[in-house]
Formats: sequence, C-alpha cells, structure tokens
Amino acid sequence: MGVLHFIEKNFHQILLLTWEHVFMVTVSLVIATAIGVPLGILITKKIHLAKRVINSANTIMTIPSIALFGLMMPILAIIGQGLGKVPAVVALVLYSQLPIIRNTYVAIKNVPPSLRDAGRGMGMNNWELLREIEIPIAVPVIIAGLRTAAVMNIGIAAIAAYIGAGGLGVYIQQGIDRVYPEMIISGAVLVSLLAILVDSLMAGVEYLLTPKGIQLQKRLAP
Amino acid sequence: MKKLYAKIYNILLLLLVLVCGIALEKTGTIAFLSDPDNFPELMRLLFQHFYLVTISMAIATTAGLSIGIALTRPGLRKYSGFVMYIVGLGQTIPSLAVLALVMSFLGIGTKPALFALTVYSILPIARNTLAGIQAVPTSTIDAARGMGMTSAGILVNIELPMAMKVILTGFRVALVINIGTAALAYLIGAGGMGDWIFSGIDMMMTDKLLAGAIPVTLMALLADFLVELLSSVIVSKGLRLTEE
Repeated sequence: MGVLHFIEKNFHQILLLTWEHVFMVTVSLVIATAIGVPLGILITKKIHLAKRVINSANTIMTIPSIALFGLMMPILAIIGQGLGKVPAVVALVLYSQLPIIRNTYVAIKNVPPSLRDAGRGMGMNNWELLREIEIPIAVPVIIAGLRTAAVMNIGIAAIAAYIGAGGLGVYIQQGIDRVYPEMIISGAVLVSLLAILVDSLMAGVEYLLTPKGIQLQKRLAP
Repeated sequence: MKKLYAKIYNILLLLLVLVCGIALEKTGTIAFLSDPDNFPELMRLLFQHFYLVTISMAIATTAGLSIGIALTRPGLRKYSGFVMYIVGLGQTIPSLAVLALVMSFLGIGTKPALFALTVYSILPIARNTLAGIQAVPTSTIDAARGMGMTSAGILVNIELPMAMKVILTGFRVALVINIGTAALAYLIGAGGMGDWIFSGIDMMMTDKLLAGAIPVTLMALLADFLVELLSSVIVSKGLRLTEE
C-alpha cells in the first residue's frame, strides 16, 4: 500500500496543502457571494438586465479553466500578479458567478406572488419585503448555488497548481512530472474526497438554513 | 431608455474587442499565430484536440443516452435513484483528478485520455436524459398508450422529443467541459492545444500561452453556440411556444 504510506509520511505537508486549497476556495466563495447575491437580487428588479447578466456569466463559465488562467496571466502581470494565488482566486470568483447569480435570481423570481401580496397588504415596503419574505424563502436555493460553486471551485483550484497557486493540485502536478504514482493517486484521491466532503457539508447547511415551514411543506409533499 | 442601455452595452462590447486586439498585437500573439513555421504545429494540435473531443463525445453520447433511456424502462426504474447518486458523486470529482487517476492506472497517451474524457462526459448526458424523460407528464404517455402506441413508439415519438431540450442541455454541458478537460489531456501525453498553454506557462512565453488559450476558448464558445442553435432547430415548436 504505497499510497497510504505516502500519506502517512507526508501528513504535515498534506494538511498544509489542504489548508491552502480550502483557503483559496473559501476566500473566492466569500468574494463571489458578496458580488453575486446582490447582483442576482438587483436583476430581479431590473428585468431587462437579467438576460444580459446571466448570459455574460454563462459565457465566462464556458471558457475552459486552464485557458482562463492563460488569458488572465498577461493582464494580471501588469500589476505583478500573473502567477500565484491572486489569478487563481480571481478565476474562481469569476466561475462562481453563474451558479450564484442564477440561483439567486431564480429563487427570488419563484417566490409565490400571493406571499408578496400578503406582505404588501401587511404594510411592508420593498426593503422589508425583500428582507422578511423573499430572502428567507430563497436561501435554500441560494445555498444550493453556493454548493455547486464550491464543488466546482475545488476542481478548478486543483488546476491552479499549474500557475503556482499551491493546494492539493501540487501533488498531481509534481507526481505527473516525476512519474511518481503514489503522489498522483494521493493528490487525486484527496482532492476528490475534499470535493465530496464539502458537497455533503453544504447539503447539511442547505437543510439547516431552510425555514421550518418549507421543510414541513417538502416533507408533506408526495 | 432601454435603447440607450443597449447602445452603451454595444459600444462597451466593441471597445472590449478593440482592447483585446491591441493586447494581442502587443503580446506578439498575432505574430506568433501568423508565423508560417508555427502553422503545421497549430494544425496538428488543433486536430489532436478535435480528435479527442469528437471521439470521446461520440462514445459518451451513445452511452449516456442508452443509460438514461434504460433507467426509465419499467424493469430498471427502481435502480435509477441509486445510479443517479453514483453519477452525482462522480460529477463532484474534479476533472484533473479523473485524468490523474486514469493516468496512474492506464499509463500515458491518447487512449487513457480518451477513456477519461468519455467517462467524465457520460455523467451529465445520462443524468439529463433520465431527468428529461422522467419529467414527461404521465397523462401524455397514457394518452399515447390509449391511441395504441407501443412502448418503442412512445419512446421515439413522445418521450425523446419532449425530453430533447433537457438532453441537449446535458450534451452542451458535457461538450464544454470536455473541450476544457481535453486541454488538460496534454498533461497525460495526449497532446491538444494544452501543449501550447502549459509550455507557455512553463517558459513564461505570453505569445505561445495566448496562442494556445484563445483557440480553446473560441472552440468552447463556438460549441456552446452551435448546440444552442441545434436545440432551436430540433426541439419541437410546440414546446418552444409554451416556454414563451
């Protein structure tokens, strides 16, 4: 069992690389949420922008990740950040926009009009309507978007090892260069495990943040 | 007001194209791409990339459609939840990890790369085929059965056409991911445009890097657009009408 031996021997380095990986993904998700959620809410109010914003996010998503790293290198090289964590985080933020914006938009659009009317009948203004009704109902779907983004980002962050961003992709990169199968397998397996783990964690968060009433509704529905 | 927005948007788009053009000239990418010495290499890499994508997509589409259709047949329907769980799990595995794992078991070269690309592309196609067919209303199928259609007739004339939009979405996702992952296939010795991208990064040659990255990007955008076009032709008119 060469792989287990490898993991045992390099346990400290693995922890460090995992931390680096998680750090990149977390930072990018926080930034992406700060941009994506307000933008998603904004385009539910300005419908003519909605299609354009979502199409632009979709176009970014279409660009292959390694090509996006390549395209950004000369641009970020102007400020001396062509390689390393900065381009990686920028790319991850860009890729996260589509799932976050789309889910926010769809979730808020799908709030039943009757609920909105009821809120308005109770004398809520637009801001209160958003805070008290639309966002709580939309939260599970928004978290689902974050979950998609997080899983995707873990995969892209692995590729970012090639532009010197560190993370678990380093094992895959160096393992391939040095033809060291144990290293490749441990890198690949650890990245996959991290993705699966984060996916299930976010599923848990999604469940916890669903308002009680909606949970009940879902359980009662056939 | 709306017209003004559209105009500003178009002007911004044009400016962006202009800036990109200047940047390409400044970094020497245009000179690199138009250098006759690089032409055979460019064609070879483009062909390799194209080859990887077409072969793997052809196999993946056939396999994905068959899996999706098989799992909606009465005998196998009870396994669909389990298989979809596995597919969902497979999709969370990063593409680089799939390539790396395949390489460590099957070695380097075109064949392992094709295998990895195929397996990775089956997942979205199978998932969307299943979801699309499952979403066909039971009442429609009952109506068809009442008109005396056989199961095969229902599949070909009712279920597949109604699920076509969702299936094509899955196909599009798979194709775009495939083109991006094929750029990584260079790492396991299968060539493709990734050759220029990775050598460009290693040698810090911006012109080579961009000469690799731009064709891949254009390929992905073009594929995305073509499948969209295809879906506006294939998807039946009635379904498109209800959407609007």
